[in-house]
Amino acid sequence: MSDATLDGPVLSADGKPLKQSLNLALRRQKIRALILIAPLLVFVLVTFVAPIGSMLMRSVQNTAGTDYIPDLMPNVVVAIEAWDPASGEAPPEDVYRAMAIDMATAFESKSHTQLGRRFNYEAPGISSLFRKSGRPASSWDIETDGPFKEKFLDIDSGWGNIEYWAAIKANSGYYTSSYFLAAFDAQRGVDGISMKEPDQRIYQKLMLRTLGLSLLITFCTLALGYPVAWLLADLPLRTSNLLLILVLLPFWTSLLVRTSAWKILLQEQGVINNFWIALGFTERLSLINNQLGVIIAMTHILLPFMILPLYSVMKTIPPSYLRAAKSLGASNWTAFWRVYFPQTTAGIGAGALLVFILAVGYFITPELVGGADGTFISNRIYFQFAVSGNWGLAAALGTLMLVVVLILYYVYDKLVGVDNVKLG
Amino acid sequence: MASKLPPYATTGQRIWFYTFRVLCGLVFFYLIFPILIIIPLSFNAENFFTFTPAMLRLDPEGYSLKHYQDFLGANGDYSWLQAFTNSLIIAPLATLLAVSLGTLAAIGLTQPHVPFRKQITALLISPMIVPLIITSAGMFFFYSRPFGYSELGLQGTFAGVVLAHAALGIPFVIITVTATLSSFDNSLTRAAANMGADPVTTFFRVQMPLILPGVISGGLFAFITSFDEVVVVLLVGSAGQKTLPWQMFIGLREQISPTILAVATILVVISIALLTTVELLRRRSERLRGMSPG
Repeated sequence: MSDATLDGPVLSADGKPLKQSLNLALRRQKIRALILIAPLLVFVLVTFVAPIGSMLMRSVQNTAGTDYIPDLMPNVVVAIEAWDPASGEAPPEDVYRAMAIDMATAFESKSHTQLGRRFNYEAPGISSLFRKSGRPASSWDIETDGPFKEKFLDIDSGWGNIEYWAAIKANSGYYTSSYFLAAFDAQRGVDGISMKEPDQRIYQKLMLRTLGLSLLITFCTLALGYPVAWLLADLPLRTSNLLLILVLLPFWTSLLVRTSAWKILLQEQGVINNFWIALGFTERLSLINNQLGVIIAMTHILLPFMILPLYSVMKTIPPSYLRAAKSLGASNWTAFWRVYFPQTTAGIGAGALLVFILAVGYFITPELVGGADGTFISNRIYFQFAVSGNWGLAAALGTLMLVVVLILYYVYDKLVGVDNVKLG
Repeated sequence: MASKLPPYATTGQRIWFYTFRVLCGLVFFYLIFPILIIIPLSFNAENFFTFTPAMLRLDPEGYSLKHYQDFLGANGDYSWLQAFTNSLIIAPLATLLAVSLGTLAAIGLTQPHVPFRKQITALLISPMIVPLIITSAGMFFFYSRPFGYSELGLQGTFAGVVLAHAALGIPFVIITVTATLSSFDNSLTRAAANMGADPVTTFFRVQMPLILPGVISGGLFAFITSFDEVVVVLLVGSAGQKTLPWQMFIGLREQISPTILAVATILVVISIALLTTVELLRRRSERLRGMSPG
């Protein structure tokens, strides 16, 4: 740089101001980094984020099969608008006439049974009306065959049920809140939204059970994992590396292998019960198909996720701290509680949050060893999805669960940082 | 707690020292016992899930390879073998996708200036956190009609399962490769560039050999994730994509056949092999970095 430019901006070799060319270089670096990340980002957005998004949409979309309700029943949706369920009377003739038109169209595309199934989630029993009425309605002449109210009532007197019509009216838009109402154990009757009877609030019970059991399992992994992690951190590296294999092998072993191992061990005629009898006891223990089985198996499966973060934190605590505390007169307990334990809380937080997040979403282990009272919310989602075919409710329950998990994930990110997750 | 008892330890300290070790021993037993017990049980000559008297007497009559022969189709049922083959098709493809895209992204993420680094990392790790049942249900909806086009449908195809498994394996690749890269000395790439190597040459001749252990570990994690995955296969796959875990899950839920013991043993052996590889790689890279050999 020459003396003449001392007062002006500092220039780089190519004559541009230094600040400008540094900014340019920085921008190039950023773009290069983003270009490297972009393919994966696009991949994850398409294969993972979009599916999650479509599940969220499913929880509010009002569809039967793949079509929206207003597209399948355009006339009914318009006609029923004017009818007020609170009046206590069945809908007027024009609603029945609209139903006759839409039913005939639906029958031609074979979607009348799907419509019936859709409304059956809201008003149990209605699906048989749709199934029965499809064929007769397709043979009616809309201009001459009226009035249709009687014709429908001739097929099934259920067509006069106000509750059924109220369910159709409440779910006649493109979007519906009925799946979320069901997921919250609420219902929509003729007189508005109300909570179900306490003994019918199954999802509330299931959510609480899922959270409660996950908390208990987290506590069990902490109680078992803490001493082991401490021992590992305390032993000479050569020994602890050997013992660490005992922790890592279960970590690497297939989840199904571990679950089936527990299923085989814990069953009525299994190894543990046979050993128990051989000890001289006469009554076999029921260890499986209940909550106990889930706790035993899931604590085993999630234990490495607790031990590994604890171990990596404990490894960094100098053993001289404990010795110093003791030489200053602390008892063994005080030295542990006041000096060692506070330094391990970061590891406890990381391990406990990870175990809890993973436990809340467990499906396979509760499904196989949980029996009736050890199932989690995931199992119910799977049931609604695969067995009942009520995709909307499955999606609404999934959305609630996703919210819980994402809040925990956010807390985990704040406390531990997602880039601090360690494997093995 | 000390790793050795000092000679001046009091009786109380001695008792505590040994009690603590026994407690830890019991936890180690709890961790490893269910996995190891499967192995001898799988050589059972009978169709039982417990040790027969003949096995306890160590009578050779009590042991056989029956369940392994059944796995290979000796009883005329080739479904296990078919499932195993499907697993061996899906897992490597998913791993390949996850590793190639994941490594590139990990390199990008460890650059000194990345806008939204934290948010992007959180997004890329989330497949590991979101419960599988949610992911799978969403994938079922989306893969049946991607962006509303059912002609693009991937539900019930190998491609769909491979893509889904790749997405699930990505967090593991990102975690292991960024961990390796964080200890990578960037002046090496600058030195290579300085001596005239273009970015591609620098990557393959300088950076790649050094981060390879991390990439392989991440790949093995991605492999085992896919190899062990059930829920996605249940929902996104169809009868044509039955994998080994799928077959095990169905078998365990309905009538439990002792062939599962043989399959479980084979899977345990595979995980021991994978674990050994990962541990050897880890120690090698620690040695290279001049850390203690362990």
